[in-house]
Amino acid sequence: MRITVRLFATLRTNRFKEDTREYPAGTTVAQVADDLKIFSGELALILVNGHTASFDQELNDNDILSLFPPVGGG
Amino acid sequence: MAYAGNILRINLTTGSITKEELPVDEAKAFIGGRGLGGKMLAAEIPAGTDPLGPENKIFFITGPLTATSAPTSGRYMVVTKSPLNNVIASSNSGGYWGAELKFAGYDMVIVEGKAKEPVYISIRDEQVEIHPASKLWGKQTSEVVDELIAEFGDPRARVLNIGPAGENLSPIAAVMNDRWRAAGRSGVGAVLGAKNLKAIIVRGSGKVQVAQPEKFKEVVSGVLKKIKENGVTGEGLPAYGTSILVNIINEHGMYPTNNFREGVFAGAEATSGETIAEKYLTKKDPCYRCPIACGRYCKVDDVEGGGPEYETVWAYGADCGVSDLPAIIKANKVCNEMGLDTISAGATIAAAMELFQCGYIKPEEVDGPELKWGSGEAIVEWTRKMGLGEGLGAKLAMGSASLCEAYGAPELSMTVKKLELPAYDPRGIMGHGLQYATANRGGCHVRGYMVSPEILGIPEPLDRFSIEGKAEWVKTYQDITAVIDSLGICLFTSFALGAQDYADLYNYATGENLSAEELLSCGDRIYNNERLFNLQEGYSASDDTLPKRMLAEPMPDGPSKGNVHPLDKMLPKYYVIRGWDGDGVPTTEKKEALGL
Repeated sequence: MRITVRLFATLRTNRFKEDTREYPAGTTVAQVADDLKIFSGELALILVNGHTASFDQELNDNDILSLFPPVGGG
Repeated sequence: MAYAGNILRINLTTGSITKEELPVDEAKAFIGGRGLGGKMLAAEIPAGTDPLGPENKIFFITGPLTATSAPTSGRYMVVTKSPLNNVIASSNSGGYWGAELKFAGYDMVIVEGKAKEPVYISIRDEQVEIHPASKLWGKQTSEVVDELIAEFGDPRARVLNIGPAGENLSPIAAVMNDRWRAAGRSGVGAVLGAKNLKAIIVRGSGKVQVAQPEKFKEVVSGVLKKIKENGVTGEGLPAYGTSILVNIINEHGMYPTNNFREGVFAGAEATSGETIAEKYLTKKDPCYRCPIACGRYCKVDDVEGGGPEYETVWAYGADCGVSDLPAIIKANKVCNEMGLDTISAGATIAAAMELFQCGYIKPEEVDGPELKWGSGEAIVEWTRKMGLGEGLGAKLAMGSASLCEAYGAPELSMTVKKLELPAYDPRGIMGHGLQYATANRGGCHVRGYMVSPEILGIPEPLDRFSIEGKAEWVKTYQDITAVIDSLGICLFTSFALGAQDYADLYNYATGENLSAEELLSCGDRIYNNERLFNLQEGYSASDDTLPKRMLAEPMPDGPSKGNVHPLDKMLPKYYVIRGWDGDGVPTTEKKEALGL
């Protein structure tokens, strides 16, 4: 299945801003993070299609996965 | 201790300059800053006072922690009756001016009356003078600051000023300090304009004493460590500034685009904190004693200066459909030079764009760049025209509520209690929307930043679409915010600290002994004092609302699609939690419990 991964802030360093990749059916957020060498501790926000998702959530074809490190503002 | 113990009171009608003692009992009950300023203002001016008349008073007021060694201790408040909407305006600012005032030996300066001609005030410890300022009238921020510092003869002096917008009595005019820091909201700049007060320059040589220096030092050390180790305050904000939120809010589908018509902006990446850092950031710009350093300093073409912040990047960006980041940076600079609130200025241009699109504003009236979505030229030039009150710009300078009313389309003004809403669409975030509707000064995000739990997951993640438990959360956030706003330190510390940290700092600085609950209770008291003032000015439950667009038009696109804000389901519970009756009026029991 095709997953579009969007990385933000410091997660982009040595990686990318947005990339669409092939993953096997049933791949979880954790497995994508592992593939990208991102530790769970580095993630503060996980969104799938703009909705909060868990680290163990399974992804579906054409999902957009957005990953953010700890950030804030006003 | 921690307080200077002195009030400087200046009457511009009579020219009198007096020093008074800080009212100790009130300081204990209302802490300082926003709380104490609001209490004193409510007591000193009669109901129905004209905000632009000589009877209004304006307080420049620090908190007990201002200028101590606590991190972020440079904050102060501008408190007055708002010319925008008649509420207690309490506009917060950082930089260095507030700390310098405390070093000069004053907790606050109160300015009353009206000068016959433009004046400025100089404060050099005990030496306080009123000077003619006619040669400064009409000048923009940078020029005013440069000239005053040269005249004063000390490069370490700090300047607070208004620009042409405040002089023209724009109800969205800001008070500027340290060149690009702003007490932005509620039109406080217009009160100085109405009093013919151009600036206050201050230099202080004193120090602030705390009650228990050893204990205070220990707590400060602990608090500093928490701030540095926290991901938001220790990494995210220093690296990317507040505009790190652009992509976050956009990915959630609640990034208000084209005057809140949509929630997803195609130009988000191009105007994000990441892009600013990559292309235009030359350095960070921290406030007094701040280890977070979220402030930005950018350069593009021949324009440079402090900012832009998230709210500015949004108001001039997505809200106007503009993805031209250099234009946004330039608009921010013009805004600071003119002395306007960036949120209200950008949001008013967005409203003007929709009015133009819908045919309310006719092409022949537009004596400037076309008011079309996405125009970088429009946001820069219309800010200039608003600041100077030029042509159609004079109508825009009245703010979006007045503008849309004048054209017979009030529903196109995205305001609550006439204050322009900031960069989060309530249709994507239910608790924050309730906060917008109930914040005492109007549509404000910082008065109870529910974005923290509902989006960022701090201190714990809440479901942004749920209404369960949100009334309790909103009250707690509003109360703790009132405390922080009164202490004289920065709201951003709350990403890393809790109520007990604030209690420890406060107690060891002042010699008081409040529990965290008692401190929060002060926040509740401060909040209710503001509410009572508003009710006296004619506000009622019907003003605790949101624009019709958010209540009745489902979000058309993106991850928040299909939602409206269910305010009518949330408000009754909020009134109960607050201890107010069904009309949103504090009950007698509630007032007695708080000593009001």
